[in-house]
Amino acid sequence: MRQHKLALCKEHYLKWIPEQTERFIKKYEMFTHEEKILVAVSGGKDSLSLWDILIKLGYQADGLYLGLGIDGEIDYSNESHRLAEKFANENNLKLHVVDIEKEYGQPIPVIAERTHRGYGKPCAVCGLAKRHEMNRIARDLGYDVLATGHNLDDEAAVLFGNTLNWINEYLLRQGPVLPASSGGLARKVKPLCRFYEREMTAYAIARGIDYIYDECPFAEGSQSIFYKETLNQLETVRPGAKLIFYLNFLEARKSGNLFIEKNIEMQHLHPCPKCRQPTSTPDLCSFCRMIEKTKTEAE
Amino acid sequence: MTVKLILRDKEYEVRAGMALVDALKKNNIVPESVIATLNGEMITDDIVLRDGDVIKLIAVISGG
Repeated sequence: MRQHKLALCKEHYLKWIPEQTERFIKKYEMFTHEEKILVAVSGGKDSLSLWDILIKLGYQADGLYLGLGIDGEIDYSNESHRLAEKFANENNLKLHVVDIEKEYGQPIPVIAERTHRGYGKPCAVCGLAKRHEMNRIARDLGYDVLATGHNLDDEAAVLFGNTLNWINEYLLRQGPVLPASSGGLARKVKPLCRFYEREMTAYAIARGIDYIYDECPFAEGSQSIFYKETLNQLETVRPGAKLIFYLNFLEARKSGNLFIEKNIEMQHLHPCPKCRQPTSTPDLCSFCRMIEKTKTEAE
Repeated sequence: MTVKLILRDKEYEVRAGMALVDALKKNNIVPESVIATLNGEMITDDIVLRDGDVIKLIAVISGG
């Protein structure tokens, strides 16, 4: 893990990930051991790993699988459902299953086609349906909090997209915790939001978690994957870039400075004793200090 | 003196003696986007490839 300047063996890695997760849960005040958690489980590496970690940490966590009716010639939904059920059965956990077609008459791709939403791709409809159903089940079954397996790459890609387009409203809402609203929105948390996608894949493999390896057939060519690939290229050259991008954003948002224009005139400026140009640094301005240093070095 | 890299349904042949990270970059595979395994065990990308190695690469990116 170059971003942490840390290398761990398998045994210690499998301890480190849950320990860090617990730290993030506490730091962002996500939930307590007394609360009932509903984990949104897709059959993928992140959500199954999250469920695994929460159980290991002693939390009361049940799963929710949403059957979206996506086939894509790889039987995608059925296979992901099978893997979610397998994980639940092997670990003796409770998994709620909601099948969109049984519940609403049509699977996601058909709803997308009939509603003409999403420019030929059902991703927007899928996202909307997932958010709606996850909230409904969490609320109806009395869960205190809804946990999703979003990792840092997911969050950084969303942040990157919203920054490229300067969507202030979304930027101000993004974070590890979305509080519950009095209008009936459940509290949503992302306990894995500070782990790289690569770290979560390594955790799932090291733990022997059987997850769906195939990508959603509709995800190919998606914008979020393009953003992830772009950020990974940056990360390869500048290790830690994704982490800094996300954490500094959270810090700016928390401090309330995200969209407050700094009034440069308000900063304390004084004339540099040497060149008389305005500077905010104490004593000499940066330029004069630099020139002074070159003289000292030359002596 | 060849090594095989396998990523999904694609195969790449590279020279033995080079570091995995260089082999990935040479084939335009972003190291951050994969996890490499050799004989079922995860390996780090600074490992030097040996003749006959078959490296299975697991794509880490998901989402839509």
